[in-house]
Amino acid sequence: MSSSHPLPTLAPFFADKQDLLDEVLGRYPEHGRRSAVMPLLWEVQRAERHVSEARVAEIAEILGLHATEVKGVMSFYGTYHEHPVGKYHLQVCRTLSCSLAGADEMADFLEEELDLVNGETDAGGRFSLQYVECLGSCGTAPVLQVNDTYFERVSRSRCRALLDAMRRDALPEPTRERGGDNESPGSEPVEGVVGAQGSEGGVS
Amino acid sequence: MSDGVRQAPKPITSRSDPGFELTLYAHVGAERSHTLSYYRAHGGYEAARKALGMDPTEVVEEVKVSGLRGRGGAGFPAGVKWSFMPPVDGRQRFIVCNADESEPGSFKDRYLLEDDPHQLIEGMMIAGWAIQATIGVIYVRGEYHHAYERLRAAIEEARTEGILGPAALGSDFGFDLILHRGAGAYICGEETALMNSFEGLRANPRLKPPFPAQAGIYGLPTTINNVETLCAAVHIIERGAAWHAAMGTEDSKGMKLYQVSGPVARPGVYELPMGATFRELVFDLAGGPTEPAKALIPGGSSTPMLPWSDATLDLPMDYGTMAKHGSMLGTGGVIVIPEKKCLVDALYNVVRFYAHESCGKCTPCREGIATWLPKMYQKLLAGKGTHEDLVVMEDMVENMRGTAFCPLADACAMPVQASFEHFRQEYEHLVDFGESKYPRRREWAS
Ligand SMILES: Cc1cc2nc3c(=O)[nH]c(=O)nc-3n(C[C@H](O)[C@H](O)[C@H](O)COP(=O)(O)O)c2cc1C
Ligand code: SF4
Ligand code: FES
Repeated sequence: MSSSHPLPTLAPFFADKQDLLDEVLGRYPEHGRRSAVMPLLWEVQRAERHVSEARVAEIAEILGLHATEVKGVMSFYGTYHEHPVGKYHLQVCRTLSCSLAGADEMADFLEEELDLVNGETDAGGRFSLQYVECLGSCGTAPVLQVNDTYFERVSRSRCRALLDAMRRDALPEPTRERGGDNESPGSEPVEGVVGAQGSEGGVS
Repeated sequence: MSDGVRQAPKPITSRSDPGFELTLYAHVGAERSHTLSYYRAHGGYEAARKALGMDPTEVVEEVKVSGLRGRGGAGFPAGVKWSFMPPVDGRQRFIVCNADESEPGSFKDRYLLEDDPHQLIEGMMIAGWAIQATIGVIYVRGEYHHAYERLRAAIEEARTEGILGPAALGSDFGFDLILHRGAGAYICGEETALMNSFEGLRANPRLKPPFPAQAGIYGLPTTINNVETLCAAVHIIERGAAWHAAMGTEDSKGMKLYQVSGPVARPGVYELPMGATFRELVFDLAGGPTEPAKALIPGGSSTPMLPWSDATLDLPMDYGTMAKHGSMLGTGGVIVIPEKKCLVDALYNVVRFYAHESCGKCTPCREGIATWLPKMYQKLLAGKGTHEDLVVMEDMVENMRGTAFCPLADACAMPVQASFEHFRQEYEHLVDFGESKYPRRREWAS
């Protein structure tokens, strides 16, 4: 796994992605070009698991901004990372409803199992751990977000099973859990959202 | 402890209200409910068609008469807000959907976005027509990836079918949507911070006035509403203002998506007529608490908690009643707090949230909430607090009320104040004995 943190290559990220760039810029009115800063940061973050200084400079260049302006936006948000997160970026919600359902214990468990603390990525670049705030899934607490995917009602045994699965690179499809008026049988898969961050290319 | 868990002594009344049926949530959870074909097969886009045949001012009037109040937290009358837009003067105008849903205890919008994205698109078309905005912006929180993908696909479908575009639904109204995602910052839910975030600026709130209707996105006239508000507009147009106004209580009309989390048998989202009681939500629908409870938070973590009692449980969950009892309806996200949870620890969790989410722009919030308040809680929970500390804490939150730049500081101060009001003895117990009355326990299901 040691090759999973390649130094950013010198090739500009968007150089061979003109279509993507056009699509993103085209979403916003001409005078609102700057609105593209967040989506461009997203594209880089998703592909490279972080946004390096070089990418910040590149986005600034594209939008006609100073790098510090882009950096200023980037640092405001919890989702863009300066350093690479793991192939499996584990985000544990510790806010009240999740905490009442054992999220603090889940956080301790993950720290111990992965030998990581909040904000760290392991040496192999496989796992990273981040504590996050309410994910809007309080009715199906506790919640563990893996990359883009929510796993809900995560019990200890389920958490262990998920970790094992990730170690085997076999993360299962999450099930749709709604609770309340619209409880589903729990077997309806969520299509197309599973996969390690960066799996759609860019890295390696 | 027997008063914590008890059977519902009163009959369910809300859902037998002859005027009520599942509306906003009628299709959530149904197979393929997110697709255009499903939506159309269930009468989709007929309300928008009807609205486009009305005068825009008539649409605004209809929503005003319906009594619909904003479902994003503050409960501002939606039709009145729409009428604040300045006269059409050729400048671009925007309708914005606030889909940043991040207030702890709130999770209703997510399922609407994921399972019924066309309902929202239709609501935005109706609002867009009413205020004569030709561009709609949906600002969806970054973590809602599945919702984002569903929305993206739904917008694509709507464009392909000519529902969105230069001739929306074959009319001469041009309307299209921009989907924009956040990146993990609660403050982006505050409407002016959201606009800065959309514009690619740091998401600090803006000074008001000017209000969004005067100077919103890119300084242009803008109206912003919550997901649920916009979805409700669809049904108001479809069935008429009178239908909506016939449900609910004096100052709170229509249906509402209530949410319940914490230790109850069936947590989740439940649609009820406005003014249903906590008892109906928590017991009749959610199956009651699974262990004795001592408090409930009525509408998301910023709303002051109410002590668990028969009197509280029988309160109607509407804007006026909550205000009268020193709290707020907020998002309608009810959180049940069990007896055995240390209340100081629970409040520390809430404070930690607001501390983390403070944008740092103004001093009372940056110094008070982001810095000192969590430190005071840590000191207390470590068993090192003093009675003077309690006085300082109470003073501090009192001084934060209304003195910060945006409502986030109040959102943190209010629940702290309520906890002192109702559970000061738990704070004092920590000071007197150096440990919590309710020690940490295992909560995680094996
Ligand atoms: C700190 C803060 C966070 C907020 N977060 C949200 C949110 O996530 N979603 C939302 O709809 N409204 C949120 N609001 C309220 C919005 O500012 C705004 O009032 C609302 O979107 C208006 O829509 P409505 O009138 O339809 O309720 C928040 C307000 C504050 C002060
Ligand atoms: S009250 Fe807090 S969140 Fe609001 S502007 Fe001030 S620092 Fe920012
Ligand atoms: S508290 Fe964890 S999802 Fe809301």
